[in-house]
Amino acid sequence: MGALVYIAKRFGLYLAVLFIGLSITFLLPRLMPINPVDGYIGQIQSRANGALSAEAIAELRDNLENLYGLKGNLFTQYVDYMKRIVFSFDFGPSFTYFPQPVSQMLMAALPWTLSLLLTATVIAWTLGNLVGLVAGYFHKKKAASILEFVGILLYPIPYYILAVTVLLLLAYVFPVFPLSATFPVGQMSWEKVGMIIYNSLLPGITLVLAGFGWNILSMKALAVATTEEPYVIYARLKGASNWTRMTRYVFRNALLPQVTALALSLGMVFNGALLTEMIFSYPGIGLVMRAAATGGDYNVLYGAITISIIAVATAGLVIDLLYPLLDPRIRHK
Amino acid sequence: MTIDSKEMDPVTLVETPQAAEPGLFQSFLWLINPRLAVGLTILTVMGLGSFILPLFAPADPSVQATYMRNLPASGAHWLGTNALGQDIFWFLVFAIRNSLMLGVLVAVGVTIVATTVGLSAGYIGGRFERLVMLIVDTFITIPLLPILIILGSLIRGNTSFFTVGFIIIIFGWAWDARTVRSMALSIREREFINMARFSGANTAQVIIREVFPYVMAYTLVGFINTILFAINLEATLAVIGLSKVEVPTLGSIIFWALNYNALFTGHFLWLVAPIIASVTLFLGLFLTSTGFNAAFAERRGVQ
Amino acid sequence: MISIKDLQVSYRLGTRTIHAVDGVTLNIPDGCIVGIAGESGCGKSTLMKAIYGDITSPMHLSRGSITYGLKSAQGRQVTAQNIREEWFKSISYVPQSSMNSLNPVIRIREQFIDFPGTDSNKKRVLERARAYMGKLGLPPEAMDSYPHQLSGGMRQRMMIGLATFFQPELIIADEPTTALDVVVQKDILMLLMELQEEMKNTILVVSHDMGVHYQVTHKMLIMYAGRVVEYGDTDSVFSNPQHPYTKMLIDSLPTIGDDSMRGLMASAAGASGDRAYRVEPILHEVKPGHFVAQAAAAPVAQSVGA
Repeated sequence: MGALVYIAKRFGLYLAVLFIGLSITFLLPRLMPINPVDGYIGQIQSRANGALSAEAIAELRDNLENLYGLKGNLFTQYVDYMKRIVFSFDFGPSFTYFPQPVSQMLMAALPWTLSLLLTATVIAWTLGNLVGLVAGYFHKKKAASILEFVGILLYPIPYYILAVTVLLLLAYVFPVFPLSATFPVGQMSWEKVGMIIYNSLLPGITLVLAGFGWNILSMKALAVATTEEPYVIYARLKGASNWTRMTRYVFRNALLPQVTALALSLGMVFNGALLTEMIFSYPGIGLVMRAAATGGDYNVLYGAITISIIAVATAGLVIDLLYPLLDPRIRHK
Repeated sequence: MTIDSKEMDPVTLVETPQAAEPGLFQSFLWLINPRLAVGLTILTVMGLGSFILPLFAPADPSVQATYMRNLPASGAHWLGTNALGQDIFWFLVFAIRNSLMLGVLVAVGVTIVATTVGLSAGYIGGRFERLVMLIVDTFITIPLLPILIILGSLIRGNTSFFTVGFIIIIFGWAWDARTVRSMALSIREREFINMARFSGANTAQVIIREVFPYVMAYTLVGFINTILFAINLEATLAVIGLSKVEVPTLGSIIFWALNYNALFTGHFLWLVAPIIASVTLFLGLFLTSTGFNAAFAERRGVQ
Repeated sequence: MISIKDLQVSYRLGTRTIHAVDGVTLNIPDGCIVGIAGESGCGKSTLMKAIYGDITSPMHLSRGSITYGLKSAQGRQVTAQNIREEWFKSISYVPQSSMNSLNPVIRIREQFIDFPGTDSNKKRVLERARAYMGKLGLPPEAMDSYPHQLSGGMRQRMMIGLATFFQPELIIADEPTTALDVVVQKDILMLLMELQEEMKNTILVVSHDMGVHYQVTHKMLIMYAGRVVEYGDTDSVFSNPQHPYTKMLIDSLPTIGDDSMRGLMASAAGASGDRAYRVEPILHEVKPGHFVAQAAAAPVAQSVGA
């Protein structure tokens, strides 16, 4: 019973967050000092060198405003916007690649981002927690301080620095990987898949390194605290082995706050992934966004934000729903 | 066998040290631990250096073609010059200063907003709190980077450097607000508030004398973390070219270096110098932050 | 059962060495419940740890010995060196009232089999455990639950069940009823007594609550400042306390015969008040089976060494 209430609450929160997030995305362009339509028309005009007539411009403006949903008062715009997004997932056409729909572009890029993100996060989280667990459980040994030091060293380094450093080290100093990667698209073959994996290693390594440090540090602190708990001490006095105590007692309990923390950090992890994509030219949403940003392709940008919000919120929801599986106190009454 | 009862008596087992009247220095002595010392040293050196040195700069480092391009490190140019004809060392110094300034300003802004929101949510509670926390949670979920990218592309160098900072404040207060609120909740429970009230002190006195020391610990640590966060974020934007990249910051150096293919042309120093500077700065901030944390935690444990 | 000779357990605090247990010589017989009383810091917990074999750095046995009249299941003599292997086999432990002694994320039945124990066939162990828990008055679902689903009293029964179900010959119970509510306390104590009568083993009960000792124990041991102050049959000690410290502990109880449990948290902590006692390590047999340490002629003033 308690579990169902919990699920319902979390789901409700999820929907609320999505709703507010979408609304903010709706307001964003309308609060900007620069009207994207004007911006675009300005671009067209400078390219056409004044060859456009006033009527042509007016018609263009009209079309654009339709496309952007800028017609009518704010309220009708809002309702239309919500309807479009929720029911048909339509963000309008891209400008740079007119008339290709934005949703298509984003949907093509999304799997790349998600796979990179998921793999890297899972590895970083698992490895980091395991290392942190051992360092925390045996915190009196010297080796533990060394491991903690590694965490301290990695943690404050921001994504872009890590990315550039990894690039420097592994593509330049020790040219193991290519400086600029190419990712084959279209029909997949085993060879292509191999290439993809090979080229994904650099961005993957960067993401893993970035998340690794924090996981080590926080897990170590948690493990140290948990080892002092009465039930772990009692397990020792029962004669339970170090392995049993470390895994079934300390780890299973320290895991819970770590999972919660992971859920809260998803936004930042996503940021890091986007940035890494940009630096390594990895064909995910990040790269699409960057191209769109420099090209002034606003529909793509707004679509990308929406997808980002949905992705992060959904991942958070999934984690929230998994939590009762780990903590029986939530599951049963 | 003689028994010395002084040794026997459990009550006198631990001797209390004579408490001397603490001087001003002594009263802050508890703060110091190795991490904090190292962190503060790094920060002081970099901070003072980046603010004082520019007074001696021979030229405005952001102006291009001041010098010959791609000169190696020498006595005249400590880190050489880059492909744009700028002195790398001076550019870096100004960059550190600007990044730090931005970081501090944003941290101030974020702390003000987050503290206000968090404290009010924590104290007032009820539906107000739930509504506020919903908004906070939403802002936490919205990944900051895409928003910044959009804003960056819309603004694209049309506005001042500090607009970027302003935007970071608007979207970055959420995390700290959450922390402040949990802190406010635990303060609410604490006995000493009630005790102070019963003893007749008015609310302001209560806040200043009792709440503030407790809050100070978290605020200070959060403040430093936000500086880290803000510098990072601006640099992230700059690296992808969406901030005002003519202004020297840690991020913009990297942007220009990448843009001019410093890797391909073998122009190491251009790329490596800002990396080392950034890592050192962040290490300094991080050590200071955890140093304060450890010091405050120890103090609380003793109390 | 246990023979302790001039035992000293010490640790370093800065430059000084503290003796948590300082010269205890004692023989604990088979087949009875022995209560250990004294205020916080008197060394009773440390003594129990020493007996259990759980002295780890920074503490160490600086002097003396403990000899056990125990044999392992394989017939090997149990000594202070190999006693760890006998944990929850021939010797076991009941922790302080167990709000927290059970792993909250694992079912209770798992916690019956996640340590070596005496039987490697886990299924068989569980079957026997279930039957046994039924005897202790626990419903069959209890073992399949998670700790937070049981009440405090039920949890403590579980701990006692865990500690007794392998039929150990020596059980150490460290403050087994503290933090339990008063009605439940009585239940737990009755349970302990019943079990001991059945199994005829030795139980050492540590408590600062004199009322607990009065109800449950056959023999009493009073400790102060790491040394034994008085030792004898419970009746004898309560009706005829020889040492002034013992007298003070007992005086803090409501009149004997008063059945109410209220106020039996006459915690000996602070009972000695402003007085310090000089305690000789040598015990004199004042009556058959009733030993007392030589008391100082008059209480020594507190201000020594300030």
